[in-house]
Amino acid sequence: MEEKIRQFLNSKFSDSIIREDNFRGEQSFYVKPESIFPICEALLENDDLDVKFLKDITAVDWYDHPLAENGRFEVIYNLYSFAHKYRFFLKVFLPEDNPNLTSLTGLWIGANWLEREVYDLFGVTFEGHPDLTKIITPDELEGHPLRKDFPLTYEKPRFSWNKDNPPEVIK
Amino acid sequence: MAESRTLTLNMGPQHPSTHGVLRVLLELDGETVVKAKPVIGYLHTGIEKTMESKLYYKALPCTDRMDYLAPMSNNLGYCLAVEKLMDIEVPDKVKWARVCLAELTRVNSHLVWLGTHALDLGAMSMLLYTFRERELILDIYEACGGQRMMTSYIRIGGLAHELPKDFEQKVRNMIKIIRERLFDYEKLLTNNPIFIGRTKGVAVISAEDAMNYCLSGPMLRGSGIKHDLRKDNPYSGYENFDFEVPIGKNGDAYDRYLLRLEEIRQSFRICEQVLDGMPEGPYRAHVPGVVLPPKEDILQKMEAMIFHFKIITEGFKAPVGSVYQAIESPKGEIGFFITGDGTNKPRRVRVRPPAFVNLACLPKLVEGCLFSDVVCAIGSIDIILGEVDR
Repeated sequence: MEEKIRQFLNSKFSDSIIREDNFRGEQSFYVKPESIFPICEALLENDDLDVKFLKDITAVDWYDHPLAENGRFEVIYNLYSFAHKYRFFLKVFLPEDNPNLTSLTGLWIGANWLEREVYDLFGVTFEGHPDLTKIITPDELEGHPLRKDFPLTYEKPRFSWNKDNPPEVIK
Repeated sequence: MAESRTLTLNMGPQHPSTHGVLRVLLELDGETVVKAKPVIGYLHTGIEKTMESKLYYKALPCTDRMDYLAPMSNNLGYCLAVEKLMDIEVPDKVKWARVCLAELTRVNSHLVWLGTHALDLGAMSMLLYTFRERELILDIYEACGGQRMMTSYIRIGGLAHELPKDFEQKVRNMIKIIRERLFDYEKLLTNNPIFIGRTKGVAVISAEDAMNYCLSGPMLRGSGIKHDLRKDNPYSGYENFDFEVPIGKNGDAYDRYLLRLEEIRQSFRICEQVLDGMPEGPYRAHVPGVVLPPKEDILQKMEAMIFHFKIITEGFKAPVGSVYQAIESPKGEIGFFITGDGTNKPRRVRVRPPAFVNLACLPKLVEGCLFSDVVCAIGSIDIILGEVDR
């Protein structure tokens, strides 16, 4: 199955694949950010591969880590082939300034909330998303809590109501 | 001619049938739901951020608190993910015991679901019965880990303690009692005309839509798609056991009810197979520096004490890389995505919550239905807000 997906990706999207990785038996393909939508669309249309499930979308913040040279944010698409019972990952690296991707809501409606969550917690925006608003954190909270530079305990969270009069830093 | 207007109604967040703090914004035309919008986040406690700030060991108790009705499954998912990241192989006995505990958790979660779902639909006595039976399972938890709900019994590389001596007898006794009482439940509900009227043909989702909404667990199988990670991608030795994966036909709330009852029976089958062939062996893997040594050794051996001290204070360093481990929790696929960055704390712990993804299909389930069906639809998804909001 791994070989089939590799062939499929190489035949159609050879320019978009940056590299491959296999860690602990899990296959991931690093692709260019702009090609994520066409790849998923082609995968969904291909009945032989039968990649019909989008299991998860999430992100990793590589702030202050050597890996951040590829781009600060790594967004992970977790795809599953039902017929082959096979899971693989598409990963993209996004820059620190204005991280942006194309929304997959046109392909899977279930991507709606998953993308909203990534937007809420990491600040990655999705173009073409019908309702890209906060989903989990309160409306007044500013910033994206799962970014590594978001303070954990030492500083009070900045809400819009205390913006003009910020709380002192507790150390 | 009268002007037709729709009414916007706010259901929740403090509403008993939303199973926590779910708020649903409903637009009603008479008694028909035109539009529904779930609003979540009232229980957000930043569990993922908390886990990222802790050592791998110390992040474990956070997993109990997400889905408090299925603590063992969450422990199992997290531990399997960390074991995959650290490349640890656990003894057979641990695998089998974990399977048994995870299946007990499934029964526990389904019993609570059954009671509350029936309560939402007006069958009050079910709640009392299922909570009475659930007590038997909580007793087993207590005998194992000393806790009834937040067990944290499954640990990285093994279990917290040896299984209790009367574990087998307790589980067999519990199975015997609940198996009989399942017939009583069926007598109360399965052919009950009110229950059928409230659930049959209500909250329907087709197989195609279920795939499109990325559903998992009973929500997906209720629509007739046979996808169960225990069969499809076995973990923790599930390939050794013989069990059926029940599927529904119509994808309505009634099918999901029958399916969950059948899942309880299948869980009992798995538990019995575990008890019949439980292998002997240690209850923890021997991986110095990563897995805590057994408590008995700490008092006897110097190295064991040093390793214990080092693991507790500094933890262990994980390699750079990401792993994803999904298990079939009672609610669906719960996945733990853990990224190590070479330090002793995870860079990222992502929980793929089954209830969060399943809840997103609520508008699809209720739009065009009657207002009273919203309660049934929310109940049949089986949400736990602790897990949805994290």
